[in-house]
Amino acid sequence: MSEASDALSVQKEISRKATMATIARISRYTALRVVTLFITIVIGMYLTILIANMGGYVDEIRRGEIREGVQQRVLTDQTLRQLSAEERAKRQEEMIRIEEKRYGLDRPFALRSMGFLADALSLNLGRSLNVTSASGSRQVRLILLERLPTTLMLFGTVNFILFFVDIFIALSLSRHYGSWLDKFFVAMSPTSSAPGWFYGIFLILIFAGLLRWLPYGGLVDVPPPDNKVDYFLSMLKHMILPTMAITISSIFASVYNWRTFFLIYSSEDYVDVAKAKGLSARDIENRYILRPTMPNIVTSFAFFLIAAWTGAPIFETVFMWPGLGRVIYQATGLYDTPVILGSTVIYAYLLAITVFLLDFIYAIVDPRVKVGG
Amino acid sequence: MRLANSLRELLRYPSAVAGMIIILVLAAISIYAPIAIPYDKAIELWRGSEQTWYRNPKYASPEWINYFRSEKLAKSIALSTAEGTATKEIVTDDKGSSTITMTFPFEYTANVFPQEMILYFKADYKEKKPYVSATWLTPDGREIRLGDFSVDKSQSLWFSQDPKIKLRLGGLDAQEGLFVDNPRAETRNLLNGQYMVKVVAITFEPDTDLDVEFVLHGQVAGWAGTDHLRRDLGIALLWGTPVALAFGLVASLLTTFAHMAIAAAGVWFGGWLDELIQRITEIFLVLPFLPILIMIGTFYSRSIIVIFGAVILLSLFGGSIKSLRATFLQIKEAPYIEAARAYGAGNGRIIFLYIIPRLIPLLVPALVAAIPGYVFLEASLAVLGLGDPVLPTWGKVINDASANGALYKGLYYWVLQPSIFLMIAGLAFAMLGFSLDRIFNPRLRGI
Repeated sequence: MSEASDALSVQKEISRKATMATIARISRYTALRVVTLFITIVIGMYLTILIANMGGYVDEIRRGEIREGVQQRVLTDQTLRQLSAEERAKRQEEMIRIEEKRYGLDRPFALRSMGFLADALSLNLGRSLNVTSASGSRQVRLILLERLPTTLMLFGTVNFILFFVDIFIALSLSRHYGSWLDKFFVAMSPTSSAPGWFYGIFLILIFAGLLRWLPYGGLVDVPPPDNKVDYFLSMLKHMILPTMAITISSIFASVYNWRTFFLIYSSEDYVDVAKAKGLSARDIENRYILRPTMPNIVTSFAFFLIAAWTGAPIFETVFMWPGLGRVIYQATGLYDTPVILGSTVIYAYLLAITVFLLDFIYAIVDPRVKVGG
Repeated sequence: MRLANSLRELLRYPSAVAGMIIILVLAAISIYAPIAIPYDKAIELWRGSEQTWYRNPKYASPEWINYFRSEKLAKSIALSTAEGTATKEIVTDDKGSSTITMTFPFEYTANVFPQEMILYFKADYKEKKPYVSATWLTPDGREIRLGDFSVDKSQSLWFSQDPKIKLRLGGLDAQEGLFVDNPRAETRNLLNGQYMVKVVAITFEPDTDLDVEFVLHGQVAGWAGTDHLRRDLGIALLWGTPVALAFGLVASLLTTFAHMAIAAAGVWFGGWLDELIQRITEIFLVLPFLPILIMIGTFYSRSIIVIFGAVILLSLFGGSIKSLRATFLQIKEAPYIEAARAYGAGNGRIIFLYIIPRLIPLLVPALVAAIPGYVFLEASLAVLGLGDPVLPTWGKVINDASANGALYKGLYYWVLQPSIFLMIAGLAFAMLGFSLDRIFNPRLRGI
């Protein structure tokens, strides 16, 4: 009796230890990835700053900001009001010089760029020249963070849903290999070489221009509905065409790739063994086909998401979607350097977070991931 | 031998054959474009203003649109005495003055009225201005006076804006009144047939010369239509082909070889170099590609060369290095390489005879499949307003169209034509690359 319970507790202990080991493995892996990714971001960001400042643009932004701040102070300072205009101007120049020194603008670029790097990493992005947020703020950080949710909503939800739809279709195609639907997807896969915005133009032309069923673009109707439900419905209506564009541009190639993957893996010996054992088709798919291909799928999804983020400026421009990408486009038109720089920084973060999250999922789905190996 | 086999196998794929045919056609267009319109001429035309393009109407649809319409639209016409497309007869009398008779005959077959008609006068005189009288001859033999006036060195008569012509047509607009059987009737019918503008000029000095050009702005012009600046879109569509192909091909060649060389170097030398290459690849993954390109385009230069260089630099450490590295490691450890080492083969022999032949199946499909991405990238940048400022490209046409609200105004040809060119080019390379991948990649055979 006691022996049996001993054995049971030993077994429990073992399984507890195994769980602990898994948690330890994943957390160690996560910590390591956080550190390496952070270093990666820092280097990536520094490269971005180097590119941006090749013509001294970051310096100019900073100088402009200092000048504006000092002018404000001089204007509001009561004691300075009594001075003559010339003396006030002289005083102002002096103050600007001191401020510039304080910010280290007189130091060599190697040192200065470190300051910029710290600012960028802490999202201290300065003030825009022309672009304003919906609340009227000129803080670049506010402008960009305000736009981030719309971008995340569009690309995040669409790609997330598409991911599962793709896998589902790919699995069913690999089951019905050679069917007309299978052949159709294979034949259509080259169409995915065109980006989403490209199909967007056609869709807008057909559904907005010719048929007038759906809006040309934007987030909601103009004027925006007061009612929350109507607002949401209007937003959904505006999301139909972008969703279709993303779907058309990606579904055929990803389904084709994953279907091929599944087919390759389902010809492995261990799948034949599983079939011989009489396992159900569902079990075979889940355990012997999906499991080993999952890391590859996650990786390709990561690349796909990254491509989607990066393509956002043009996609959002075509659909007039007020997201992060559209801000870049607007800022380009207005030569609003702080906003362009700031969005590049936010993009670097977004990409890094995507890579990190998918790495994390990778660690969970792939038991072969070794830490420190 | 193997290559010949592969080529024969390629012909068994209909999509590969279609892709190759399209690519050949595009290549032919790319050769034809610089011959038909030399680079300088193309740039000059594309950047040309009203001066260059006054003969074209704005927002004119392409001429092929008439094939799909029962109601035919008017073609744009330009007849000039200076270019010999109109007749010019000079009768000089003994006093030094002369009578110049110019006729501009044209066939009008459209079922709708034109947009505008203009007479441009270019006179060469010292003091006394020549005096002209212009008349309009309809197919049914009526003569309508357009005007009598003396002309300056450079002058034009816009029919629709001339109040006297309108008055003579009973208040009807000139574009309509000059083409109907009876301007003053209740029910008017458009008359098709041979029309003629006749300009008779009297000059008062011996050396006076006069050249006149008659321009009719219809609804259609050229095989590709025109844009908001009256430019012929055909130039951009034609010249966009070599630009797109060159951009895609060269970028794809450079990056594919660079990826291969970098991955190979990492695997061959191993150690810290391999490690470094992998870390750099990860850094490049988080570099925001398009925003950086936008930044470069805004801050420095939009020249296609600069943007091209930036694209190459930014894709130098692309994601494919990782998968290439895995394959290279396999090849490096392959038994037959070891065997070659064992019998004393040198590095050169191993690389050129044993490794590179194994790489071609990897290289060729990747190379071809990467082309559409770069073709579309160039277009994407142009649509964002970062296209080359001088070069006419497909993306720039799309950008102009969307900036001028072509989709709202229903000017679909403006967006559709460059898009279809892009689509065809992208699809051709994608189809070929896809088939090549299936041929060269043994795991995909039969799947």
